[in-house]
Amino acid sequence: MLNAAAIPRDQSESREIVYRLSGVSKTYARNAVHALQDINLTLGKGSFSSVIGSSGCGKSTLLKIMAGLIPPSKGRVVLQGQPVTGSRRDIGMMFQQATLFPWRTTIENIVLPIEIRDGKKAALAAHEPARALLELVGLKGFDKAFPSELSGGMAQRAAICRMLITEPAVLLLDEPFSALDELTRDFMNMELQRICTSRNATAFLVTHSIPEAVILSDVVYVMKPRPGRVAEEVVIDLPRPRKLEMITTPKFGALVEHIRGRLDKETFI
Amino acid sequence: MTHADIPAPPSGETVWVEHVSWIDRMPRAVAMAFVFAVFVGIWDLVTRAGLVSSIILPTPGETLADLIFVGRNLISGEYMLPALWITLQEVAYGFALAMLIGFSLGILVGETAFGERAIMPYLVAIDTMPKVAFAPIFIAWLGFGIESKVALAAFIATFPIVVGTAAGLHSADANSRMLFKTMGASRLQTLFKMKLPTGLPQIFTGLKIAAVGVMAGAITGEFLGGGKGFGELIRVASTQLNTPRVFSLIIYLSLVGMALFGTVVWIQRRFVFWHKDRVIGGDQ
Repeated sequence: MLNAAAIPRDQSESREIVYRLSGVSKTYARNAVHALQDINLTLGKGSFSSVIGSSGCGKSTLLKIMAGLIPPSKGRVVLQGQPVTGSRRDIGMMFQQATLFPWRTTIENIVLPIEIRDGKKAALAAHEPARALLELVGLKGFDKAFPSELSGGMAQRAAICRMLITEPAVLLLDEPFSALDELTRDFMNMELQRICTSRNATAFLVTHSIPEAVILSDVVYVMKPRPGRVAEEVVIDLPRPRKLEMITTPKFGALVEHIRGRLDKETFI
Repeated sequence: MTHADIPAPPSGETVWVEHVSWIDRMPRAVAMAFVFAVFVGIWDLVTRAGLVSSIILPTPGETLADLIFVGRNLISGEYMLPALWITLQEVAYGFALAMLIGFSLGILVGETAFGERAIMPYLVAIDTMPKVAFAPIFIAWLGFGIESKVALAAFIATFPIVVGTAAGLHSADANSRMLFKTMGASRLQTLFKMKLPTGLPQIFTGLKIAAVGVMAGAITGEFLGGGKGFGELIRVASTQLNTPRVFSLIIYLSLVGMALFGTVVWIQRRFVFWHKDRVIGGDQ
């Protein structure tokens, strides 16, 4: 019998805390909906955490609060010792859609965050690190290509570069590969692991897929709706680096089963 | 298996081939010439058979002769060239004014909630009015000179630009907006780096409708308010029952219209090269 709470937390506790949410709640006054209730979570440096739950459990609200896009109704949101009160350059974000602008070349899309924050000159100076990022994600030589010339997976790789160009302290990933076909998605998840490991990135993933959450994460937060809350924190102690073959191991299966059990029927009403 | 291993179909077996009729396989230039020849042929037959009086419909030959006459007159710089120049000015000023007002109002309506809620309903109300009916008012306000024609031309051409710009600004999707928010973009940055470029296809659609409207506005203004433009030449020719002249003047005017439209399409091709849809009116 797998008891998630009994698994020692040595992995994340030895790490320096990058992001901390304490007692975060969000209420939408208009219809008195408790979107989030008393969320507490910490992200250690270099850790990979996921949040999983059905639609309407407050995942998106949580991510928006963490990105500084909307304020919480209650609680503290602290990134690198500084309260998050708006969008910040040390927050990198990625969405389901690559959202590359078709009138910009790939590299111009990647340096867009620099252009917005520091102006055109700084953006031009950022072309060199942008090319290095393109090489990191396996898109070397595509800097002058237009987004229309990229496949879905390539576009998401470019979006990864755009997220990394400001050297953020935390990566917020909102179902980044769920619009891709399953084969590409599995492959991209392994690529994501490789990129995060190579940069010792702190990542926070929102997903609908239990296997995806398990294969990538150190910790999976299982959320339940009405009000949106964390029902359980499941520590994933599979060895790293994770490999796709692990999906067939009994341990992986047990973890997936355990999480699926937590997302019981009431979640989907 | 190599290609040689594939057995040839036994003789007599039919191979299914998609049939494309000869009329759809014609090269574009040939097809256009064909339609033109058919049109002129029918026109010629109708006039030759005496079905219509030549005062009402001149023969193609008469029209061609007058086209040459007007063309010579324009080249030699006689009275028709200054008339054309006046109309061109009305069109150019009218279009420039329409763009100035159209973009400003379009951004106001497309970018601010106040503009959309409080100004757009009035614009829609004015847009539904028959704008040509305002010509006498513009003439009363601005006189019989070029100004009243510029005003009417701009008045007609402004609305499509407003609507195109406002619709264009609204066309940015939620993801793009969210992305710009996470990058900490200011409102102006969001407008100029994301919303306006995203909306260019719609903006150009508005500009193309405006390019057609601005010509109609200038000529209508001249019909109703006199002056010395090309519209006045048409009006005079028609009162003299000089139908071939009316026809050839209209053809020269349509060249001006096509040039304006073509310029807009050319600019669109340069700036909206990334848009997937075909450029309407720019097929080649």
